Amino acid sequence: MSRKVRVLVLRTAGTNCNVETAFAFEHSGASVDQVHLERLFAGDVKMADYHILALPGGFSYGDDIASGRIFANELRLRLGQDIARFIRDRKLVIGICNGFQILVKAGILPGPFTPGTGVSQTVTLTNNDSGKFEDRWTHLKVEGKSVWTQGLKDLIYIPVAHGEGKFIPASDRVMKALQAQGQVVFRYVRADGTRGGYPENPNGAVDDVAGITDVTGRVLGLMPHPERHFLLTQHPFWTRLKAEGGRDRGVLGDGAKIFENGVNYVKENLL
Amino acid sequence: MICRVEIKEKDGVFDAAGHSVLRDIADLGIVSASDVRVVQVFILEGDLTIHQAGHIARELLVDAVAQDHRITDKPSLDTLAGSASRDVRVVEVAYNPGVMDPVEASTLKGIRDLGITGVRSVRTARQFIIHGRLSDSELALVKDKALMNKLIQHAVKDPADAFRPVVLGHAVQEAPHVLAVPLKGLSDKKLAALSAKGQLYLNINEMKAIQAYFDAKGRTPTDIELETIAQTWSEHCHHKTFRGDIRYSFRQKGKVKTEFIHNLLKETIVKATTTLNKSWCVSVFHDNAGIVKFDNEYNMCFKVETHNHPSALEPFGGANTGVGGVIRDILGTGLGARPVCNTDVFCFAPPDFPADKLPSGALHPKRVMKGVVSGVRDYGNKMGIPTVNGALCFHEHFVGNPLVFCGTIGLIPRGQDKKAAQKGDLVVVAGGRTGRDGIHGATFSSGELTHESEVVSSGAVQIGNPIEEKKVLDVLMQARDQGLYTALTDCGAGGLSSAVGEMGEVLGARIDLDKVPLKYQGLHYTEIWISESQERMVMAVSPSKIERLKALFASENVDLAVIGTFTGTTHLELFYHGVRVCDLDMAFMHGGIPKIAKEAVWEEPRHKEPKFACAADLAPKLQAVLADYNVCSKETIIRRYDHEVQGGSVVKPLVGPGCDGPSDASVVRPRLSGRRGIAVSNGINPRFGLVDPYWMAGSAIDEAIRQIVAVGGDISTIAILDNFCWGNPDKPDRLGGLVRAAKGCHDFAVAYGTPYISGKDSFYNEYTDKGRSIAVPGTLLISAMAIVRDVAKSVTMDFKRPGSLIYVVGKTYDEWGGSVYLKTFGAIGTAVPHVRPADARAAYAALSGAIRRSLVLAAHDCSEGGLAVALAEMAFAGGFGANAILKSVPFQAREAHARRDDMILFAESNSRLLVEVDPRHQKAFERAMAGVPLGLIGRVQETPELFVYGLRDNLCLKADVHALKEAWKKPLQF
Repeated sequence: MSRKVRVLVLRTAGTNCNVETAFAFEHSGASVDQVHLERLFAGDVKMADYHILALPGGFSYGDDIASGRIFANELRLRLGQDIARFIRDRKLVIGICNGFQILVKAGILPGPFTPGTGVSQTVTLTNNDSGKFEDRWTHLKVEGKSVWTQGLKDLIYIPVAHGEGKFIPASDRVMKALQAQGQVVFRYVRADGTRGGYPENPNGAVDDVAGITDVTGRVLGLMPHPERHFLLTQHPFWTRLKAEGGRDRGVLGDGAKIFENGVNYVKENLL
Repeated sequence: MICRVEIKEKDGVFDAAGHSVLRDIADLGIVSASDVRVVQVFILEGDLTIHQAGHIARELLVDAVAQDHRITDKPSLDTLAGSASRDVRVVEVAYNPGVMDPVEASTLKGIRDLGITGVRSVRTARQFIIHGRLSDSELALVKDKALMNKLIQHAVKDPADAFRPVVLGHAVQEAPHVLAVPLKGLSDKKLAALSAKGQLYLNINEMKAIQAYFDAKGRTPTDIELETIAQTWSEHCHHKTFRGDIRYSFRQKGKVKTEFIHNLLKETIVKATTTLNKSWCVSVFHDNAGIVKFDNEYNMCFKVETHNHPSALEPFGGANTGVGGVIRDILGTGLGARPVCNTDVFCFAPPDFPADKLPSGALHPKRVMKGVVSGVRDYGNKMGIPTVNGALCFHEHFVGNPLVFCGTIGLIPRGQDKKAAQKGDLVVVAGGRTGRDGIHGATFSSGELTHESEVVSSGAVQIGNPIEEKKVLDVLMQARDQGLYTALTDCGAGGLSSAVGEMGEVLGARIDLDKVPLKYQGLHYTEIWISESQERMVMAVSPSKIERLKALFASENVDLAVIGTFTGTTHLELFYHGVRVCDLDMAFMHGGIPKIAKEAVWEEPRHKEPKFACAADLAPKLQAVLADYNVCSKETIIRRYDHEVQGGSVVKPLVGPGCDGPSDASVVRPRLSGRRGIAVSNGINPRFGLVDPYWMAGSAIDEAIRQIVAVGGDISTIAILDNFCWGNPDKPDRLGGLVRAAKGCHDFAVAYGTPYISGKDSFYNEYTDKGRSIAVPGTLLISAMAIVRDVAKSVTMDFKRPGSLIYVVGKTYDEWGGSVYLKTFGAIGTAVPHVRPADARAAYAALSGAIRRSLVLAAHDCSEGGLAVALAEMAFAGGFGANAILKSVPFQAREAHARRDDMILFAESNSRLLVEVDPRHQKAFERAMAGVPLGLIGRVQETPELFVYGLRDNLCLKADVHALKEAWKKPLQF
C-alpha cells in the first residue's frame, strides 16, 4: 500500500455532501475517492484498499421509509463482512448526518457490529421533535474518547441540517452503557456550555446526544456537519469575528480538526 | 397475496407527524381535537408469504427502537392506535392511482435488497387517528383542509379498497386507432369549439392557420398533430404576448397617445442587452439559461422560472416540481451545468386572510404557503442544492393565484456552452419514466383559473421525485465530461413534444413513441408525447457512443432509452408500433404561428394621497412596520431549507451573532478551493406596481443591484433576469401595465449597465369566481448575480462594534407611495420611489471601492420600511443599539409639508444604504465617498436601544432593540 492516506467517500442515489466531505479530507492531506456504492458491489473498488471510510450527508434513496434505512441494509447485507474487517483492521469510519443515520441503522454504531445477524439496532435517529427539517448552528460539548476528537476545543460550533436527528436509545441500560464506555462524544449545549432545551438541542435528542462512537473510538457518527465548518468563512458570523479582531483565526473552522485527526491517526498508526 | 404493514411510534415516543397535524387542525379553528397519532401503512402485493412480510417489516420498514407494528392480510377498521368511536376518528389517506409516490420505488428496491423478489407492487397510505369529539362537519373540514388534497389523494372509504387491483387508464393499444380530426370547411365557431373542447387554448387565427396548413397538404390532421402544435404554440412555450403586435395607448399631459409595438421582448429586454453588449455575456436568451463568465475555467448560468398555476391547485407538488423544473433547466444548459444554489421568491395572500372571504375553490393562503415551502424544501434539500436567497410578498389579490418563482444558478466548464444535434444522432430519453402526470401543463397555464380548474386540470398536477433527478445530475456530469452526447435539453412544459421539437428544429426527428419507458401501461400515444412527467432529460447521442452512455447510466441505476433519430428531413415524424401518427414540418411548427395583435392601455391609477399628522412617538409605527408580513423575519422558512449544503456559503441568508439578521444578497463560493464567489439577490415590489409599473421596474432593478453592492459584489459583473407575472394579457388594462413595466426594464437596465441574460413570463394569473375576476398585481421579479472577487472581503448587514459611525449613502426623497408605512394606514399613496441611475451608479461605485479597501464594517440596503427598518435590523442583528439624527440625512422634498420625520424614516426611496464604519476609517471612507450624497447620522451603541432625533431635534423614536426584534420575529412562525 502506498504511503498516502486513502479515504473512501461512499455515495449512492441521494447522497449530497460528498464533494465538501472529500474537500475536507483532501485539504487535510488525504487522497480521496468518491465512489458509487454499486462499484463496491461490482468489485471494481475494494474497501480494503482504503484507511478511512466516510459516509457523507444527504438523503440516500430519499430517506423514504426512514432516513438511511435502505443504505444501511445494503451495507449490512452486502458489505457486512468488509465493514467488520475494516473495523477489525483498526481503520477509521466516519458517518455525518445521513451517514450517522446509516451507521446506526446498520447496527455499526454504537456497535459492536456482527455481520449476518439481522437488524441489531440499539439506538435510533428519528423525527425531530419540531416536526420539521431545520438548518441551524449548534454548540457541541466534546467528551468521551475518540481518535476523531483528540485535541478539539471543549466546545465547538458546527451546523445541523436534518429532519430526523433525534437520538433515542432502546433503553436506559443502553444509554448508561454508552455513557460508561465514553461512547457519547458530542452533546448539544448552549453557548456557555450548559445544557439547554430547544433550539440549543435542535431535535429533542435524549440526553442531548449529537454524536457517538463505537467502543474503540474509531467509528464516529454525528448529526452536525463538521465539513460545513471546515473553512472560517462558513462560520455564520465570521465577519463579526473578523471585526472583533484580536487573535488571527487563520482560515480554518472548528470542524477542520476532526478531519485532520483522522488523517493523522492513519499516518501514525496505519502507514 | 396482499399484506398490510401498519407502523406507529411506540407509546412514549413523540409522534412529531401527529403533532404537526394537530397544529394544522388548530389552525382551522377546531379545538375539539386533543391528540393526533399517525400510522404509516405499507401495502405489499405479489407472491409473498405472511412470514416474508414479517421479515420485510422487521428488516426494512420498522424501526424497532422507536416503533411498533402489526401485519395483516385482512383489512379491518380498528387501528393500531385505537378503534374508531365517537371520541376517536380514523381517516386513512392514500394517493390517487397514477400519482407519483417516491416511497413505493424505494421500498421495492429495499425489498429486493433483502433477497425477496416476489413483491410486485407497494402502495402506501397514512392513517390519522384523531382523538377528541369532532362533529361530522368538523371532520369533513379537517379531511379536506388538513389531511389531504383531493387532487392527488383520497380518503380510503374501506381499507379493503386498497386490496383491489387498480387499473390505470385504458387497455394497452398495440395497433392504435389513429384519430383524424377533420378541420376542412369548419366555421370559425366550430374551430373555436374544437380548441376549447380539446383544451388546446389556441385562438381562432391559430386554428385557421392550422386549417390552412392541412388544406394545403390535402389531408386531415391527427389528434397528436393538433396537440403538438398546441404545445409548441402555447403562451407558455412561445411567449406570444411578448412577441406579438401590441397597440399601446397611454395618456400623456392630458392627451392620449398611441404607439405600435411589434415585439415587446425584442424592443425592451433583448434590446437592453444588445445595447450594453457586454463581453462577459457568453450565451443569452437562446438556451435554457443565460450564461456569463465566472473565472478562467468556468462560466456561470442562471435561470428563474415560475410555477404559479400548479402551486395554486396543489401547493406542495406545484412548488416541488417548480424547483425540479428549474434545476433541470440548469442541467440542460449548454452541455450541462452543475447547480450551485437556489433562490425562491413567493407572493401569497396574507396568512391571516379571513377564511369566509376566500373565493370558492381557492385554498387558504396559509395552507398554500406551508405547502409551497414544504415543496421547495423537499426538492432543494434532497437535490443537495443550497437555497440561499429569496423573498416573500403579501397582497390580498394573490389569493387565487399565488406566485412561485424558482431560480437556480449553475457552473459550467468553459467551452461547454454550445450544443448541436448532428444528423444521424440518436434521440435518447433518460431519467424518470413517463406516466399520465402533467398532461396539458403548458396549455393549462395559458388560461385563467376558476373554481372548476381543480377538477378539469387535475392531470396537470404532479409530485416530484428529487432523488431521481439527483441520480440524473450525478451521472450526467460524468457523461458530459466524457463527451458522450452532442446536445441536451430537459423535459419541461410540453414534455417530449417540446424537448424533441426544440432539439430537432433544424434537422427534424423521427420518434417511436412505443420505445418511451412508461411508468405503467395504457397510455395513449398522445399522452406519451405531451406528458410532463418529471425528472427526464433528452440527449442527442452519436451511435458510436451509445453503448458507453448506456453502460455509464446503468452503473448508477438511471434508466435510458433510445427513442428515435435526428433525421435531417426537417420533418417531425412520430410512430407508434410502426404506424405513422404525426408528420409535421418543423418550419411550420416553429414559424407558422400567426402573429397575434393585442390592445394595451395604460391609465394612471387614481390613488389618493393620505392625510395624517406625524406621530410624536414613532416607535409604535416602527414596530407595526417591522411586524408587517412583507418586512418581518422569514427565519422559520429559511431554516427549513438547507442553505449550507455544498459548503459554499459565505454570506448566509441569516447573519449576525444570533444567526437571525436578514441578509441582503447571499454569497456562495462554488469552488471551495478558490477565493471567488457569486453574489445572488432579487428585487421585487408589487405595491409599487399598483401605482406605476414603470417605476416598479426601476425599483426592482435598483434593489437587486444595491443588495449586491451591500455584500461586496463586483458591480461591473451584474447580470439580471426578468420574470413577469401578470393577469390576462387579452385585457387591455393588464397589458398596458405590462408594457409600461417592460419599458422600465429596458430603460433602467441600460442606465445601470446590467444586461438581461434570461427571463420568463407567466400570464393569466387571474381567478374568476362568481363572475368576478381577480388579477394578481402585475409583478416583476428582477434576479441578479455578480462575481465577488475575494469572498474574504464580503460584508454582512449586522452592526459589528459599539462606537462605530453610521452613514446613510444616497438621498432620501418625499416618496412614500407604495410604502409599508402607508400600508399600515390602509393607504397606498401616489408618489412611488423613482430611480436616478446616474446618482445611484456613482454612489455604488464609490461604496464598492470602500468595501474593497475594507473600510466598511456593515452595509444594509434600505428597502421596505425604509431607513427606520434598515437601522433597526442592523441593530438587532448585531445585538447593539444606535442613535441617529434625521437632520443629517440627505433629504429632498418637493413640498415643505413633506419635510417630516416619518417621511425620512419610512419613505422607500431607492439607491440608499446604511453603512457602519470604524471611526479610525472616517477620513478614508469620506474621501472614498466624495461627491456622493452622504450623511453621518449617528453611532452604534453598546446598550440595545434606538434613539432617533427628528428635524426639530425632537426625540421622535426611542425603542428597545429586543422588543423591536421580537415584533419582527413573531408574525411568521409555523
